[in-house]
Amino acid sequence: MEVARSIGAGSSGADRSEGRFAAPPFSARGPVSEQLLAALRRPTADADETLAGFSGTIADALTQTDDIARDDDLQLALLILHGLHYGSVVDADEDWEWHPETVAARVAIERAFERELRDRVSSVPLPAPDAEAVASALFELTKPTPGPSVARFVAKHATNEQAREYVVLRSVYTLKEADAQTWSIPRLNGRAKAALVEIQADEYGGGRPERMHSAIFARTMRELGLDDSYGAYLDAVPAITIASFTMMSMFGLNRRLRGASAGHYAAYEMTSSLPNRMLGDGFRRLGYGEEVTDYFDEHVEADAVHEQIAGRDLAGGLAEHEPSLVPDIMFGAAASMMVDGWAAERTLQEWEAGRSALRQALHADRRAALEEVS
Amino acid sequence: MHAAEIVACIDGPLLVRGDFELVSATGEPVERTRRTVALCRCGASAIKPFCDGTHKLVGFRTEPPPAPEVDDDAS
Repeated sequence: MEVARSIGAGSSGADRSEGRFAAPPFSARGPVSEQLLAALRRPTADADETLAGFSGTIADALTQTDDIARDDDLQLALLILHGLHYGSVVDADEDWEWHPETVAARVAIERAFERELRDRVSSVPLPAPDAEAVASALFELTKPTPGPSVARFVAKHATNEQAREYVVLRSVYTLKEADAQTWSIPRLNGRAKAALVEIQADEYGGGRPERMHSAIFARTMRELGLDDSYGAYLDAVPAITIASFTMMSMFGLNRRLRGASAGHYAAYEMTSSLPNRMLGDGFRRLGYGEEVTDYFDEHVEADAVHEQIAGRDLAGGLAEHEPSLVPDIMFGAAASMMVDGWAAERTLQEWEAGRSALRQALHADRRAALEEVS
Repeated sequence: MHAAEIVACIDGPLLVRGDFELVSATGEPVERTRRTVALCRCGASAIKPFCDGTHKLVGFRTEPPPAPEVDDDAS
């Protein structure tokens, strides 16, 4: 009888039924993330109490913000809500993933975020729904530009601490590398689906878990003396860097946005090989060995393959199969360039002014932990 | 595994997938860590025989440039 009950109790098992879920290694940044994090410490059964007025709190925050991409409270809340789907972001009752309140919250923030991205993205010429035309338009949009960039800064000038900050900033996405795009696999067909699976098989190590890109990155973090558990440094990461990840999670999790997800991924891969070469050079300049640079070096070769497949077969194949998605493919690519550009601009501004690119609100103990190992 | 397929990417590398063996000029196997590879054909890659994306920096073109427009008024 007891056994049957505990099996029936499912994920919110006996030891957690009293609401003893561990506090996350990061803090709230405003009323939305504060109420959400507090609610996630308790079981879904208490939602009426813990999430009372939550939709109003979100509506107020959405009304008050004039820049969702840089809104700390809303971006952190969206990352946490996406985290219920990914796992390993917060310790919580697994029933929260599809609880009507959390789903409504996610959709409300996503809709406003998507609207802002569509309003602010520069318009780009639309190619014909032909694979080569789409690939060519994407390569044109993402072509390398001269001038300052985070990768060039790391290659030539970054101090050891700045190089470590770069890895901390990158960890928000890269500890879950490729997962955001995997959501869209069942939403594709034919050539586009085969292309995405071919890229993802390589991202996930081609059958060797230690070659999974997220695992290679985790090794780089450990080699630098950094904690590779997800969210360990989230308090140090500014909203705009979180937005880069919530944007791709949103594109991947919404079937409606499969065009944007494909375009985003193509642009991401197309802007990866050359910068990763410079990043690897930067870490070598600072005296690090292969254990640290492997991640960057791997991406020089891998993404030169992925960018061709993502441009021609994923985005191009999708455009041929569903010509009505061409505008969204280009929107996803342009949004990727825009948001990642904003995040990079912020990092460079701080570094060039001699300041940390991490948030100042970093917890004293976390900052100490960062400094201790440097 | 399927027979080898080589995709000649416009303005880019040769993408090779399927069943193939990659060897050096002396017949030694070239270490390959992924199933599908991109082989440099612009000549500028730093990781030859593989592509590293440098073709984008050197303006490598695989298609002939468009024929110059004939301008009757030109002297």
